[in-house]
Amino acid sequence: MATQHSRAAARLMISPAVILLLLWMIVPLTLTLYFSTLRYNLLMPGANPFVGFENYSYFFTDPAFTTALLNTLLLVGGVLVITVCGGIALALLLDQEMWGQGIVRLLVIAPFFVMPTVSALVWKNMFMDPVNGLFGYLARAFGAQPFEWLTAAPLLSIIFIVSWQWLPFATLILLTAIQSLSSEQLEAAEMDGARFGSKFLWIILPHLARAITVVILIQTIFLLSIFAEILVTTGGGPGVASTNLTYLVYIQSLLQFDVGLGSAGGVVAIILANIVAIFLMRMIGKNLDA
Amino acid sequence: MGTITLDKVTKSFGAVQVIPPLDLTIGDGEFVVFVGPSGCGKSTLLRLIAGLEDVTSGEIRIDGRNATETPPAKRGLAMVFQSYALYPHMSVRKNIAFPLRMAGMDKAEQDRRIEAAAKVLNLSDYLDRRPGQLSGGQRQRVAIGRAIVREPAAFLFDEPLSNLDAALRVNMRLEISELHNTLETTMIYVTHDQVEAMTMADKIVVLRAGNIEQVGSPLELYRNPRNVFVAGFIGSPKMNLIDGAEAAKHDAKTIGVRPEHMSISTTDGQWRGVVGVSEHLGSDTFLHVHDTGLADTLTVRCDGEIGVHHGDAVYLTPQPDKIHRFDEAGLRL
Ligand SMILES: Nc1ncnc2c1ncn2[C@@H]1O[C@H](COP(=O)(O)OP(=O)(O)O)[C@@H](O)[C@H]1O
Ligand SMILES: [Mg+2]
Repeated sequence: MATQHSRAAARLMISPAVILLLLWMIVPLTLTLYFSTLRYNLLMPGANPFVGFENYSYFFTDPAFTTALLNTLLLVGGVLVITVCGGIALALLLDQEMWGQGIVRLLVIAPFFVMPTVSALVWKNMFMDPVNGLFGYLARAFGAQPFEWLTAAPLLSIIFIVSWQWLPFATLILLTAIQSLSSEQLEAAEMDGARFGSKFLWIILPHLARAITVVILIQTIFLLSIFAEILVTTGGGPGVASTNLTYLVYIQSLLQFDVGLGSAGGVVAIILANIVAIFLMRMIGKNLDA
Repeated sequence: MGTITLDKVTKSFGAVQVIPPLDLTIGDGEFVVFVGPSGCGKSTLLRLIAGLEDVTSGEIRIDGRNATETPPAKRGLAMVFQSYALYPHMSVRKNIAFPLRMAGMDKAEQDRRIEAAAKVLNLSDYLDRRPGQLSGGQRQRVAIGRAIVREPAAFLFDEPLSNLDAALRVNMRLEISELHNTLETTMIYVTHDQVEAMTMADKIVVLRAGNIEQVGSPLELYRNPRNVFVAGFIGSPKMNLIDGAEAAKHDAKTIGVRPEHMSISTTDGQWRGVVGVSEHLGSDTFLHVHDTGLADTLTVRCDGEIGVHHGDAVYLTPQPDKIHRFDEAGLRL
């Protein structure tokens, strides 16, 4: 795109896509902002008067709000830690030459193709269920009391389920990054006297920094809005022990038919997502330059 | 100390034997160059010595001790890779310090060695930069610096200059030779460029398909190539090789005459030909002479100011005592 002429042409040609994307974003956002300032409950038809920030103050003073906020951060943080650490470990293993490499890689990627609702149900009924689940069966086989995963540790259970879904993604990205590390660099480190631990710490991990950043950024975007897994397993409970912000918005707007309050919650979730994004960019985004 | 002995070393990748049984001794302080065409196994041989590849059979001894099973870090050798293999996220200082840090050397001694190496290599002003901010020649020097600070028994270089431009290559060639004179450490240097081999080596090892064709000093190889392959490989421009009736006159299957060992005349001489391309270097001119009936092209070195042109008829006369004779098997007679 060297000349002014070609730049103008390029702008003209990408403008339909950009305008469409803008509308796509702006229209729902504006509507949500608008609804969040109305008293608008589907159970009480009639006028929908403008109430300013009333919905917001309700949302913030809701006793479930702080729990939901904390749960959201715990869920995102927990899944990130598990998938990044697990992803690095799996990527290192899968990078080794071994028999049946293709099939093993396919199997590792498989969970990513399972729908969130389905995988959550599989975990709920076939693994974590104290009566029918595999974990309960194992516990009984060792003579122990089955652990009631979804009631005793609901948030942790959901963190496990979501981590299982996202581990393949992290593994895949990190594996391609590991494979792009020049073997000469590893050989040079080996000649320089680095053992596996030092090689990992000083050569492999810095090389992976950028890929780890990408994994964290992309996953955070999706993890902030985890919903299906909570809906089909714990339903946000017991109480609000496993309710995150997305789920809280769902409870208020759909279960209580309060569009105004739900919209306000949605706006809060958007703001939270942006705050997290800004922090992430500040902390690790510099890995993406250069 | 840095004596390296290879004893019947072989290397196979799967069923393919890349290095057939090979014996070689490299003396302490020698500058040895492995030279040969691409794919002949030079890098493989160097990596065997470094310990980055396992030998299939045979024994490698370093300073008399069997090092066949010794891991690379314990062999006391330092390697400079073709791609430099610098650590991109570390500063130059950290790059050079890496082997010292891995050896657990104390900080003061590390700094002393780094400063000394940086001074020798003209890197003092760049110690805090990243490799990405350096030119090719500087990166090369960092890679050498990383090797020097370990004070190894021997340096291994794998085509270290092939990524540099021509002028820089000549420069680095001199610097590496200078370094060898200063350090007096054994150096093994791999290249496919016979000019590098001739200018730098104390001892050249010519390889073809994993076999050692000849070992000797540059001038020995130049004067007495053991076979046709070495004769054609060493020397620039290449030796003229002539088969057939003309060779039979000398009781040989093939005779060879170097371009610099022929005289040229426009009036009379032994072989008549027609001038093709002339390469003017200023000091010399290389003429490619066709239609001699002896070989496709004969190359002859003549004076820089010679006044012949494309299409002129010329006469070439080889110096009789500089004709190399080879038998049916390509061996020197
Ligand atoms: N890891 C390997 N696996 C299989 N074949 C190899 C491997 N490394 C080198 N070779 C083969 O060994 C031969 C010599 O290679 P190399 O030592 O790199 O040649 P050079 O450095 O002289 O150009 C080549 O034919 C190459 O294909
Ligand atoms: Mg090579």
